[in-house]
Amino acid sequence: MTTPDDQTPADGHPAPGGPSRRSFLKQSGGLLSATLAAPIASRAEAVADKLAPPSPVASGPTNMALTINGQVRNLRLEPRVTLLDALREYLDLTGSKKGCDHGQCGACTVLVDGKRVNSCLTLAVMAQGKQITTIEGLAKGDELHPMQEAFLKHDGFQCGYCTPGQIMSGVACVSEGHAKTDDQAREWMSGNICRCGAYPNILAAVREVAGQQAKG
Amino acid sequence: MNNFAYTQAASTKEATTAKQADKAAAFIGGGTTLIDIMKSNIEQHSLLIDINRLALTGINDTAEGLRIGTLEHMSTVGEHPQVVQNYPAISESLLLSASPQLRNMATMGGNLLQKTRCGYYRDVAFPCNKRVPGSGCPAQTGDNRTLAIFGTSPSCIATNASDLAVALVALDARLTLENAKGQSRTLPLTEFYKLPGSTPNIETHLQPDELITAITVPAAGHARRSHYLKVRDRASYAYALVSAAVGLDVQGGLIRSARVALGGVGTVPWRVPAVEKYLVGKPATEDTFRAAAALAVRDAAPREQNKFKVELAQRTLVRAFLELPTA
Amino acid sequence: MDSIFTEQPGGVVGKPIIRVDGRDKVTGRAKYSAEFPLPGLTYAVIVTSPIAKGKIQSIDSAAAMREPGVLTVLTHQNLPPLATTPNTPEGKKKIGAPMGFLPLTSDEIFYAAQPVAVVVADTLEHAQHAATLVRVAYQSGGKPIAYYTDPKAELFDPQKVQDGKQEGHTKRGTPEESFASAPIQLVATYHHPVHNHNPMEPGSTTAQWTAPDRLTVYESTQGVFRTQSSLKAMLGLPADNIRVITKYLGGGFGCKGSTWPHTILTIQAAKAVGRPVKLMLTRPQMFTSMGHREDQEQTVKLGATAEGKITSIIHTKKSTTSPWDNYAESNSKILDMLYATPNFEASYEMARANVMTSTFMRAPGEAPGSFALECSMDDLAYRVGVDPVQIRLLNHSDYDYSTGQQWSSKSLKQCYARGAELFGWSRRNPKAGQTREGRYLVGMGMATASYPVHNSQGTARARLYADGHAVVQAGATDLGTGTYTVMTQVAADSLGLPLEKVRFELGDTQLPNAPNSGGSVAAGTVSSSVFLACQDVWDKLIKMAVADRKSPLHGADPAEVGVEKGRLFLKNKPKKGESYAEVLHRADMPDIEGMAQGKYGAGNENPQGAKNADPSKKDEAGGHSMHSFGAHFCQVHVDSELGVVRVTKWVSVMGAGRVLNSQTARSQILGGAIFGIGSALMEATERDDHFARYTNADLANYHVCVNKDIPDMTVEFVEEHDPYINAMGVKGIGEIGIVGVAAAVANAVYHATGKRVRDLPLTPDKVLMNGLPS
Repeated sequence: MTTPDDQTPADGHPAPGGPSRRSFLKQSGGLLSATLAAPIASRAEAVADKLAPPSPVASGPTNMALTINGQVRNLRLEPRVTLLDALREYLDLTGSKKGCDHGQCGACTVLVDGKRVNSCLTLAVMAQGKQITTIEGLAKGDELHPMQEAFLKHDGFQCGYCTPGQIMSGVACVSEGHAKTDDQAREWMSGNICRCGAYPNILAAVREVAGQQAKG
Repeated sequence: MNNFAYTQAASTKEATTAKQADKAAAFIGGGTTLIDIMKSNIEQHSLLIDINRLALTGINDTAEGLRIGTLEHMSTVGEHPQVVQNYPAISESLLLSASPQLRNMATMGGNLLQKTRCGYYRDVAFPCNKRVPGSGCPAQTGDNRTLAIFGTSPSCIATNASDLAVALVALDARLTLENAKGQSRTLPLTEFYKLPGSTPNIETHLQPDELITAITVPAAGHARRSHYLKVRDRASYAYALVSAAVGLDVQGGLIRSARVALGGVGTVPWRVPAVEKYLVGKPATEDTFRAAAALAVRDAAPREQNKFKVELAQRTLVRAFLELPTA
Repeated sequence: MDSIFTEQPGGVVGKPIIRVDGRDKVTGRAKYSAEFPLPGLTYAVIVTSPIAKGKIQSIDSAAAMREPGVLTVLTHQNLPPLATTPNTPEGKKKIGAPMGFLPLTSDEIFYAAQPVAVVVADTLEHAQHAATLVRVAYQSGGKPIAYYTDPKAELFDPQKVQDGKQEGHTKRGTPEESFASAPIQLVATYHHPVHNHNPMEPGSTTAQWTAPDRLTVYESTQGVFRTQSSLKAMLGLPADNIRVITKYLGGGFGCKGSTWPHTILTIQAAKAVGRPVKLMLTRPQMFTSMGHREDQEQTVKLGATAEGKITSIIHTKKSTTSPWDNYAESNSKILDMLYATPNFEASYEMARANVMTSTFMRAPGEAPGSFALECSMDDLAYRVGVDPVQIRLLNHSDYDYSTGQQWSSKSLKQCYARGAELFGWSRRNPKAGQTREGRYLVGMGMATASYPVHNSQGTARARLYADGHAVVQAGATDLGTGTYTVMTQVAADSLGLPLEKVRFELGDTQLPNAPNSGGSVAAGTVSSSVFLACQDVWDKLIKMAVADRKSPLHGADPAEVGVEKGRLFLKNKPKKGESYAEVLHRADMPDIEGMAQGKYGAGNENPQGAKNADPSKKDEAGGHSMHSFGAHFCQVHVDSELGVVRVTKWVSVMGAGRVLNSQTARSQILGGAIFGIGSALMEATERDDHFARYTNADLANYHVCVNKDIPDMTVEFVEEHDPYINAMGVKGIGEIGIVGVAAAVANAVYHATGKRVRDLPLTPDKVLMNGLPS
């Protein structure tokens, strides 16, 4: 996890209209909500609430550390910067693509802690402390990931723009166990649009890798 | 997006307190709706309060029922073995929603607060009473093929887009809400959503400082034997044209209890209690289901392009009943 | 050397070679036009108009300019001036602009989402937010016109369509009389909604002024030279001062075939701020920035004999166009030539509306035209009571009725036969609405496909090195079509080198001039250029060898010298010869360069064909009509209660000349068919009647197919040798894959349900409300 210092606004100014550190301190002081809290908001949380310092507010350019493909990358970004833009515009990791910027196409798919997500709807600041894997981190040196090999072999792309997202999604689809049949893989690969229409080839690639992994 | 501030709340109390202190703040869980609409300039928030560190997770299925922490992701709940087994409609509604990526991100509570797909709401260049109260509703006479036929008003015909909510209203789900004072309350999901009336901008009865913390669903025969069916323009990754969540407890061929809700057709998830009442005591036959379906659309108020939904809703409902596993 | 390519023993042309650019694409290394991190790069965001008709009263940029990092806000009041704008017919022609209006050159608003300002800032976030702060006051121009069907819309006869490039009137024989006297008379009207290309990569421009009069543009374009030519006119600069680079292109489908306003606006923004500027259109802006396929209505009157032989076809089309341009896809061409149609007439009407200009989109004209024609052919088959394949064989054209010319090659009958076999067409119940599997109505349909070989030419350069490698170049583009790969294959075989010893470079105006990748011309023209450039290398080497006293070939007649695998030898004494490297070594040359131009219509039977052709007749040369042909076979399941249609089986068989790479060619046809399945079942851009503004301009509500929509598909090519089309005998397959697809699906739906839907797309509402058999 990041240290609180990472999230402290460098210029010390609170967000316009937002609560400052001090106001948090004041508001959370002295109230113990355990008795009224729902069981799911656990007792431990209530205790933490009492003991923990108020959470810092990040506003404006903020230092943050992202763990991308196993490397910690230190950045200074506004909280509104999405993970996709952080990758593409601030780290020159342009493998993750922007196709719609609204979670409607899947071209930006990356793995966060092993799960596939749309990086266009993920804030970079919220991805701190998590393992982020992008298309650039899939191969081991010159050795391609089996899913990359399978996409090459089956011609699972044409223009290549949706491809990084398809491959990341394919990797997750197999590891989730959602590529056991053609029909299942079609459904679980449907969050990635390919306008060139490489779907049958993408399916073949994903199914081949699923078959390899099933054999062990 | 405007340059908002961000904080990660350490506790529910801290989150709700921060929200109360700043009228323009918003909670962020998965962000799949919030970031989307902030990018479209539909909403601006001064502060995003990250609730992901809160201890609002957990899926517990007991003899009384199911309890799901608000922060559980759609994907986790959708494939949870006990949800699949005891609340199939909930599982199906989740797995037929959105995409695998979005389901990995979106939280259960956030799903229930997702915004309509009405094209007039989604584009700030159009008038829209939901977005800008009093500006008008061009959808009434415009492109309304995908919009609502139930619960509409002259101010708004936007469809509630959640699949999950349809299954949940059918199965008597309740929400647990917690406020900045640390108080919690529960209310049925059916009473959570507000019909648009003349104030379509107010969509729920959620108070500004309230956070959904959990969803509970009572155990029941009609929940174990429930089903969610979704009809859409493309085979996946699409919103419902019409959907149906049904649950039947059938014994000796007769229906003991029934739960019925429709999706893609209502300004809110559209439960039809009259149909449920009608079904009780009737034989579980196709004839019964057809009569029930006709009753379900009795109050439909379609517009020019969505008249087909009246017919399609009935057929979807009948199909959903027929697809229920035989007792 | 030969001017016609022949298969090399052990060669790679035609083989399913894995894409040479594939590794870059699967590792994320491939750089698209918004992915060049230039020093000092800034970001542009376009502000668009909410209204579709009116005037800008005032623009207040103050709040936007106050935002941190904002460098400029360009509007019609301060856009750096251009040498030429497309706002006059002459200017438009000079630029080759698709649209006769450039935003930010006037205070007038002609269409919804028209650009009104460009904000440039140091970061994307700053630019995006500042764009929301530009305050524009508009004076409404009243209710806009949204469609040709608007009561206020005025239909007119444009005389010419496709922006003046195609005749708007065609008449052969006595169409009306023949129709009136035909024993079978079919009249049907078809509707086609607005479509948007929606390539996955949004239109992107990165512009860098390297000197006050020198510009480099990384542009998502289907043709770097066409872009350069447009920019040259607009900027008033010599072409040499404008470098356009497109190394990777994330799809195009026609929308990246022209230079649209956002490109020049980005370039002018870079001029204004004195730093490189990058712009990527948003997905909603993609619906209003790079053209679309226009909404249209077609009526087909088809007269036939009692046996089903066509006697007359009369086709009319109505469509919406922009305030300035007469763009309508030329649908009638395919109706004119596809069958033996002795009498034919076509005409067009269009109406101006408050929309931007429509443009070519994958098989412009052929795609919607074939929907109308091939559904009507299906009607004819049922009416006569013969099989849909039989009705097409009965009307098979042995020559092109539209021009009277012979076909350069045609393998359509083989395509029908092979397609029917692969599909299992014989299992089809001849009656519609009869086949059920559980809750599904099962339908089988088919349609013919065809696409012309368009006029095109281009140049390539081949440099062969003494060390056994080669670099081959042409300023072509690869939209995902496989240009990188197939040109590498052609060069490898032509130079006798292994594939990995050849590098093919494209996508840069510093390379030899190549045509736009559009109209399915790139594969045929560029491959012919590459092949001929390689032949030029050998010609030069042979000349050197026979003139070189130290060569065993000294004094030989060049015509008697052959080449195989890099060895020059006497044809009648094959043992006498030497390797090309030795020729180069003796001359102290590390490499040798060849250059050549490939042309359409210049095949082995008529190498000078294109030279004598009438350039105004685009699709014919050397006295032949040149087309690809094929057939699609489709099976659908229609939910008998819900009206939901899913394609469950697909077969396409094509005859398209030489296939350069059987794997990428198959992918192209698959992609075209899937594009067509989308148009059949789900694609439609909805334009609000009152606001003339789109209500589903995103990928959540403009549905294109997802993986789940697509079944197992089979694609085959029949072997076809076309001796006329070009030096490689390649017809091009970028577009034929979509032609006929919507009809094949619609015909299958008819076969399933017994009810005809003539209004695309065939969404559940239409199929259901049109009636399902009980």
